[in-house]
Amino acid sequence: MTGNERAKRSRSSSLSIRLRPIAFIVALLVLWQIAVSLHPDQLLPGPLAVVKAIGELLQHGLLIKYVVASLFRVTWGFALAAILAIPLGLTIGWYRRGEMAFNPLVQIFRPISPLAWIPLAILWFGVGDLAAIFLIFVGCFFPLLLTAMSAVHNIPSVYIDVGRNFGLSTPQFIYRVLYPAVVPQLITGSRITMGIAWLVVVAAEMIAVNSGLGFLIIDARNAGNRYDLVIAGMVIIGLIGLLLDFGMRSLEQVESFRWSYSGD
Amino acid sequence: MVFERDGKSISVLEDINLDVSEGEFICLVGPSGAGKSTMLNVMGGFLSPTSGSITIDGETVHGPDPRRILVFQERGVFPWLTVEGNIGFGLSQLSSAERNQRIAHYVQMVRLQGFEQTYPSDLSGGMKQRLQVARALAVNPDILYLDEPFGALDSVTRLIMRGELLRIWQTERRTIIFVTHDIDEAVQLADRVVVLSSRPAKIEHVLAIDIPHPRNISAPRYLELRDELLSKIGLAYTV
Repeated sequence: MTGNERAKRSRSSSLSIRLRPIAFIVALLVLWQIAVSLHPDQLLPGPLAVVKAIGELLQHGLLIKYVVASLFRVTWGFALAAILAIPLGLTIGWYRRGEMAFNPLVQIFRPISPLAWIPLAILWFGVGDLAAIFLIFVGCFFPLLLTAMSAVHNIPSVYIDVGRNFGLSTPQFIYRVLYPAVVPQLITGSRITMGIAWLVVVAAEMIAVNSGLGFLIIDARNAGNRYDLVIAGMVIIGLIGLLLDFGMRSLEQVESFRWSYSGD
Repeated sequence: MVFERDGKSISVLEDINLDVSEGEFICLVGPSGAGKSTMLNVMGGFLSPTSGSITIDGETVHGPDPRRILVFQERGVFPWLTVEGNIGFGLSQLSSAERNQRIAHYVQMVRLQGFEQTYPSDLSGGMKQRLQVARALAVNPDILYLDEPFGALDSVTRLIMRGELLRIWQTERRTIIFVTHDIDEAVQLADRVVVLSSRPAKIEHVLAIDIPHPRNISAPRYLELRDELLSKIGLAYTV
């Protein structure tokens, strides 16, 4: 076998490996369609009906509008939580006493589902964007706070000693030792938290607002049992969630961050 | 030096008196857990002594200082910086031309040419330790404290690293205080070997190694000094 043939073969095999998950999804969709056509009692719309529903949403300009609305809320809720929780968590984590003081409080708030805040969110902010953003904020705040606290804990003491040894000022120390040492863990934590934010926005939109993908799902059911639209909404939510995770994950590939994932 | 742990105070170092001259290579040996690293941390200013003081050139040590750099056994290099970034870590106050020149000089000294842009995760254990030594030397310190710097390396690499360290020490002439638990390492490297007793550590013995470099490690004088040191340590082990 010549090198050229070998290269061709390995290229085609890597292509077939890459196509495998897609082929699997296609097979499931076909099975789904067959099952639905065998039992046409409308407990579940088939994939073709869902595709048609997505087309309908696109035609009315609703799809883009709802996706933008949901992403807008997630971005604000997540960003506000990150801006507050990460510096606070890093500070608390750095000072052992601060952590001793804050930890019980954090542990009490953490297990409360962000959805439990819905009545208060509506009371404080009314029905609208602010209430939804607040719910996402609450859902992201505690996971990010804990991530930042543990990221500081996990800095090997050697790095801190080296930083002190080379005579860095406090701002230099923060920028050149503390920040690079915690950033990989913050990215991982943010990735998980972004997933939470995307879960919370759907629930929040079912109750607190009248736009967005969560609203689409609840509205499709309430306004005429359009289950094809319900599933269309679910599919879009899944796809966007995947894209968000993909985006966060690509940050982990930045070369100067990669050390902590390669298990040095 | 007394530590408080679980409400009990543990005396680690007692009555330590040691004078080190400029450019001298001192090895600290002693049983494990004796307080060798503690002694290094006190001399480096990372720990303040419970009583007594450390004086360098007539100046009392209060806290760590770039004039005395501590080299750690493991994980001492920053994994988020390249080889160049690590060596340049302590040089931010220099102009970039000076900094680059200094970096290039020390890259060459520790023989890491071709790895300037490499991250530590892609370096071997020996290369990482050479990198750590280069980063330390780059800030032009008066004293290097090395805390079992080759302890995590395999025996062949360890031998090579000793040769490299001696070569660097002979060109740079810094004062070196080197902690090890390896008797051979101490006899190969040091001008004087300081033997600590088990805890609370006292200076049990100071042995001058009067063999010029490069040392023949099967010469009678070498073996004689090594045996003398071994018997000293043997005494230290029989509590």
